[in-house]
Amino acid sequence: MIKTDILIIGAGPTGLFTVFEAGLLKLKCHLIDALAQPGGQCSEIYPKKPIYDIPGFPEILAGDLTKNLLEQGKQFEPGFTLGERAETIDKLEDGSFIVTTNKGTKHHAPIVAIAGGLGSFEPRKPMIDNIDTYEDNGVAYIIKDPEVYRNKRVVIAGGGDSALDWSIFLADIASEVTLIHRRNEFRGALDSVEKVRELKLLNKINLITPAEVTALHGKDKLEAITVTIDGQEQVLETDHFIPLFGLSPKLGPIANWGLDIEKNAIKVDTLDYQTNIPGVFAIGDVNTYQGKLKLILCGFHEATLMCQSAYKIINPGKRYVLKYTTVSGIDGFDGSRKEAPKAVVQSIN
Amino acid sequence: MSDINLKIKDREGVIHQVVAPTDMAMNIMEICKAYELPVEGTCGGMAMCASCQCYILSKTDLPEKNEDEEAMLSEAFFVQDNSRLGCQIAITEQLEGLEIELAPEY
Repeated sequence: MIKTDILIIGAGPTGLFTVFEAGLLKLKCHLIDALAQPGGQCSEIYPKKPIYDIPGFPEILAGDLTKNLLEQGKQFEPGFTLGERAETIDKLEDGSFIVTTNKGTKHHAPIVAIAGGLGSFEPRKPMIDNIDTYEDNGVAYIIKDPEVYRNKRVVIAGGGDSALDWSIFLADIASEVTLIHRRNEFRGALDSVEKVRELKLLNKINLITPAEVTALHGKDKLEAITVTIDGQEQVLETDHFIPLFGLSPKLGPIANWGLDIEKNAIKVDTLDYQTNIPGVFAIGDVNTYQGKLKLILCGFHEATLMCQSAYKIINPGKRYVLKYTTVSGIDGFDGSRKEAPKAVVQSIN
Repeated sequence: MSDINLKIKDREGVIHQVVAPTDMAMNIMEICKAYELPVEGTCGGMAMCASCQCYILSKTDLPEKNEDEEAMLSEAFFVQDNSRLGCQIAITEQLEGLEIELAPEY
C-alpha cells in the first residue's frame, strides 16, 4: 500500500505544481496517471507547441513546462504510479481514502486531489464490428512489450508518429510488418517518414495506402484482416493488428465516484476547490464553477488554495501562515535547502 | 466588421441560428462552445483531436484545408466528403449563411 498526504490523480501541469505547493506545507504527494510519463496533455498531445500565457514565460514549449515543473517539485520527492488508471475510491472510517488503480495498486491518503484534466487518455478504437472479440487475442491498441511480436506477422494502422515509429521499430523484430493508412501522406517527424520509405524499398515494411482495415477474421484468435483499397477488398493473413489512432480523454471511472458532475466536469466550491465529498478536491481543467476558465495558470492558483485547505484537514488546529519562498527558502524532503543569498553587511572604509 | 449568421444543426437534429462576430479571431469550434453547443474542442484548436468535426451543408466558399486538418481528418472517424474541423475555419464575412451539422461524438 502506497501512503501519502495528498494523492493526486493526474500528473499534468496542475498536478505537478501541487507537489511544489504541498511541499512548502510539508505535505508529501503521490501522483497517479494513466499515461506512461508525467505531463498530461502537455507531453502527450502538444510537447513541441509553445504556450504564451504562463506568467513569467513569454513563450515556453509544453514539453519544457513539464520538465520545469518536475524540476521545481523534485526536492519534495513525489511518488508516481504511471501507466495506471485510478479506478475506485473507498472512504475509511477515519475519513481517509483508498484509491485503487486498474492494475490493483492501492494508495492511502487523507486527501485526494483530482487533477485529471479532460480525463484519462484511452486509445481511440477503430469502428470495426467484432474488434472487441480479438482484443488481447491479436488486437492491441498499445504496444507494451515489443517482444510479443518477435517473428510474427504484424499489421499496423495509422498515419501519425506512433504508427511510423512502431513500424520502424518492429521491422527488425517481426517477421513481417505491414503499415496501412487511409492517405498516402503521413503526419510525423520527417526522419520517421524517410525511414519508413527506406524500409519499404528494402522490403522490410509493406506499405498499403490509401487503404483501411474494414474487417477482422479468425476463430479463437486473429488470423486475417480485410483491407479495403479503393473499394476493393483484399484479405491479408496476420497474427497481430495494432491500430494506432491516437488517444482521446475520457473522464472514465471517476464519473462513478459519487461526485457532483456537470458536463463532464466536477463541481467544486471556489473557497478551496473541494468537491461534494469532504477531503476530495478537484483542480485544473477537470473542475467547474461559475466563471471557470480552463487555463494552466488557473490550475496553478487552484492547486495553491487547495493545499492550504488540505493542510488544515491533515493538521487540525495547527496554526500556519503563508510564507514567501524568497524569505523562508525551500527545505526539500531530500535534505536540500534553497535560499536567497544573504546580503553582505560590511563597512567600506 | 459586421457579425455573420450561421446555422448549426446539433446531433439531435435541432437547428441553431447563431450570430458570430468577425472581429474576435474566432473559429467555428469556438462559436459552438460560445453558444454552449455540445462541441468538446479537446485539443483547444490544434487540429489534433477531431472533436469539432462538422459536415458542411451549404455551398459556402470555404478556405482550403491545411496540412494539419487533412492529416487529422484522415485519422478521424465518421469522416465524409464534406467533413471539416470547426477549429480550422476562421469566422470571416465570407462565411455569411454557412450551414453545418455536428459530426457524431466518438
